[in-house]
Amino acid sequence: MQALTNRSKVVSDKKMTFMERIYIPAILKGMSITIRHFFRKKISINYPEQTREFSKVYRGQHVLKRDDEGRERCTACGLCAVACPAEAITMIAGERKPGEENLYREEKYAEVYTINMLRCIFCGDCEDACPKEAIFLTDRIVVSQYERSSFIYGKDILVEPLDQSLRIDISARQTEKVLNFKQDKRFAHNK
Amino acid sequence: MSLVKVTIDQIEVEVEAGTTILNAARIIGGGVVPPAMCYYSKLEGSGGKCRTCLVKVAQGSAKDPRPMPKLVPSCRTLVQDGMVVQNITSPEVMEARKAITEFLLINHPLDCPVCDQAGECHLQDLSYDHGLADTQTVEDRRTFAPIDIGDKIKLHMNRCILCYRCVMVADQLTDQRVHGVLGRGDHCEISTHILKAVDNDFSGNMIDVCPVGALTDKTFRFKSRVWFTKPFDAHRECTKCSGKVVLWKKGDEILRVTGRKNKYGELEEFICNDCRFEHKEPNDWQIEGPRKIERHSVIGQNHYEKL
Repeated sequence: MQALTNRSKVVSDKKMTFMERIYIPAILKGMSITIRHFFRKKISINYPEQTREFSKVYRGQHVLKRDDEGRERCTACGLCAVACPAEAITMIAGERKPGEENLYREEKYAEVYTINMLRCIFCGDCEDACPKEAIFLTDRIVVSQYERSSFIYGKDILVEPLDQSLRIDISARQTEKVLNFKQDKRFAHNK
Repeated sequence: MSLVKVTIDQIEVEVEAGTTILNAARIIGGGVVPPAMCYYSKLEGSGGKCRTCLVKVAQGSAKDPRPMPKLVPSCRTLVQDGMVVQNITSPEVMEARKAITEFLLINHPLDCPVCDQAGECHLQDLSYDHGLADTQTVEDRRTFAPIDIGDKIKLHMNRCILCYRCVMVADQLTDQRVHGVLGRGDHCEISTHILKAVDNDFSGNMIDVCPVGALTDKTFRFKSRVWFTKPFDAHRECTKCSGKVVLWKKGDEILRVTGRKNKYGELEEFICNDCRFEHKEPNDWQIEGPRKIERHSVIGQNHYEKL
């Protein structure tokens, strides 16, 4: 059979020489390789004390934004769910009752909104599809968990806090370039 | 019956005298069929209101080959022998259709994410094909609060394009019409007489004939977007109507029952309110099989089986 690489060696059971039999040169050779690695530049970092620099458009954990008056923007239109290639998003819509105008922006809202973080591939298509600027991917990392069920994120995790100071900043993702791109995209179907 | 020869977008077709241009185009089928928002073949007297079906008549007839001076509504204009019609081949028609679309959208709210009709809305299709992403008007849109007409139908007057189809359904299908168009011109409004409930056995067909989301099913209100439901042809024994319907299912749950629509969005048969609103148990229906959905429709999205 033809060898796949030229690195393969034919194994033989020929008798070892004296130098080979005392093993010391081989051990030293191995140790020198190991010790050389101690002085190399480290490629790992001490997370979480240290964190890597994130790209401005890093796509991490999602956030469901509120508007300036603290009302939820999401109207459960289902476009994120239909755009999702991994089918990670599900939602159940509810009708806003009189008196809830300060909670939800539109007459329909998402009663249940879940993203299965194990299915999500963080492609950002949901963000692109959203007509209400409600869902964004942020630079937050989805934390590891012990159970699979805890990766199904509901509205309690996804919706940003009402408190103005605790809002999730997504301005880095809304640069002029991005907004212009979205502006162009609006006309894409109107050739 | 005498046959007349008519050419639509360079395709020649022989139709019976007295056919409208729109129906002649539908005999040819495909891309030459003008869109229609108000014309409904099963409703007498419908058409001529929305102007989306405007076409150019380049030659009136074989006897009088002069072109017609203005664009004509194809749903109301009868064919004549030797008539030459231009639809998608005429830039003038396409320009006019674009303008008509903009007109229809002047008062139409941008609430497709909320509207239950989204995904099967004719105005959405029309504006996608011809519409502009921007509007030139700066005036406020006219707004109305949503009204319940009857306990099963919700009227969003904001979305209405005044096609009069629902009024004709009530006139021609039911024995007592209790709703109509109030006001004139810009103040036109579909309404019932002092919120009188519409409760006739066939009143639910208003929902199906409505080309936009102005009349929607209250039992389906905000339950699901249409593209998350799967349509199935089904039937049941019904004393009032044919009982042939489309079930819109999510899992085993029947979320909505509608009539069967053909490729022009017109009901094949009108169904009664009993079938539409009262029978939502799987045992009530004999399922015939999945409903064929047009390939380009969003309803077929994410359905990998051959619908």
